[in-house]
Amino acid sequence: MSTQAGSRNPFKPNWLARIGWLILFAYCVYALSALHISWDRFVAGLGNGAEFIGELFPPNFSRWKLLLENLVETCEIAVIASAFGILFSLPIGLSAARNLMPEWLTWPARGLIAVCRSFHPVIFAILFVKAVGFGPLAGILTLIFASIGFIGKLFAEAIEEISLKPVEAMRAAGSPFMSVLIFAVLPQVLNRFIGFATYQFDSNLRNSTMVGIVGAGGIGGTLFAAFQRFDYDFLCTILLSIIALIMVSEYLASKIKEVFNG
Amino acid sequence: MSSENITSDSKGNGAQPRSLVVGELVKEYVKGNPVLKGISFEVSGRTTVGIIGPSGTGKSTLLRCINRLIEPTSGTISIAGVDMVSMSGTGLRHARRRIGMVFQEFNLVERLSVIENILCGRLGYLPVWRAWLRKFPKEDIEKAFELLDAVGLTEFMTKRADELSGGQRQRVGIARAVMQNPAIIMADEPTSSLDPKTSVEIMETLNRFSEQQAIPVLINIHDVNLAQRFCDRIIGMSQGYVVFDGPPADLTSDHLKEIYGGEDWLA
Repeated sequence: MSTQAGSRNPFKPNWLARIGWLILFAYCVYALSALHISWDRFVAGLGNGAEFIGELFPPNFSRWKLLLENLVETCEIAVIASAFGILFSLPIGLSAARNLMPEWLTWPARGLIAVCRSFHPVIFAILFVKAVGFGPLAGILTLIFASIGFIGKLFAEAIEEISLKPVEAMRAAGSPFMSVLIFAVLPQVLNRFIGFATYQFDSNLRNSTMVGIVGAGGIGGTLFAAFQRFDYDFLCTILLSIIALIMVSEYLASKIKEVFNG
Repeated sequence: MSSENITSDSKGNGAQPRSLVVGELVKEYVKGNPVLKGISFEVSGRTTVGIIGPSGTGKSTLLRCINRLIEPTSGTISIAGVDMVSMSGTGLRHARRRIGMVFQEFNLVERLSVIENILCGRLGYLPVWRAWLRKFPKEDIEKAFELLDAVGLTEFMTKRADELSGGQRQRVGIARAVMQNPAIIMADEPTSSLDPKTSVEIMETLNRFSEQQAIPVLINIHDVNLAQRFCDRIIGMSQGYVVFDGPPADLTSDHLKEIYGGEDWLA
């Protein structure tokens, strides 16, 4: 309000932010002691970790047949879930775009996306194992829902950010609504959609190695069993193969993007 | 066979007079506070009509009421004898096919090529599945190439729209409008985003199409000199009324004072 010298400082100290940082630091110190985490505990943990890593090596490749079977199933889960997830999230994401669609459609679509996003895939996997029984079907359903949540939301946001000028031009020229989508909307969002879809495929592959832990198919089940049986050398093989799988998928994702952007 | 069906109605309509009749058009965004207060005029045949008036006087609203991008409050509008006001749904869509529109900011699809943008003018005549497969009828493609030549952009055919200069983009916009085989072309401030030299070229292009294809052209324009130079007729709007309607030669500084208010700027 006043124009005294003090208020003319161009870089005003933000006391609220400083107090906030201080409180955050104090809370972290308090929380560590409340959880009984001390330096000694950390050092003890390190020793235990070194022992565990020692038991992992050398990896045991003798059960490569089982491993391969599991990897194939994991890939199948990821590919099927991605294909259907992408297919479903297109119309759902479009329905959720508030700049093109009426409110009576955007609300239910946004609600559906919010539900898909509210649970972690592990929770979905547990629910679907209960609902449809053990096996890959539960895993596929889990990842379809995860895909709808992620791609649907980002796709809706991408559509909401487009320029409406070409849309206006095509409406003015009497284009059917679907043709407006094909010619005025899709070209503006296609690249981003490919990006979301390949990212989600990558993420589905990662998650499909996990859903098996709760019995929803894929390599996760074998991983968990090896862990419980202290088969650490086989566990190591599984972990290495998962790393290899993810690297391959990342390479594939970058290639897919090249094809569409090139 | 289906391609013949698609173009047959446009050919049939082409024989009808190319005209626009607006009667007592009123538009209120807020009830009791009209922007357009009873606009009436007729346009037909080989003519270029410039609408001048201060910013905010409803020139853009007027054009968008004519093709119902904005709903008029009352009044009559007919294009080539077709009543626009009572239209809805598919009927409105089909009526809009006969109204070409050129925009101030071109409204092209930036990521599509020049030729694709021109072909977009035919989307109203094309079933959705053909649009999806990019299967435009051969006549449409031939016409698109003719128009591409006519606006002098032949070598830019496969360039993306966002690689073009402003003047080039506007020529694509005009070609897209002509592609509709329109009964009238409406241009909303087509030169306002362009430099003076390019503006003249754009006005010449619009004039040329009006001349060659006997399409009436209705242009919102705020450059009075440009309007006087290129239009056969000027409609002056002020505060929601038409206050001048006549040939550019009859437009006096008194009229301009009435349209824009004040007089210092005329000096």
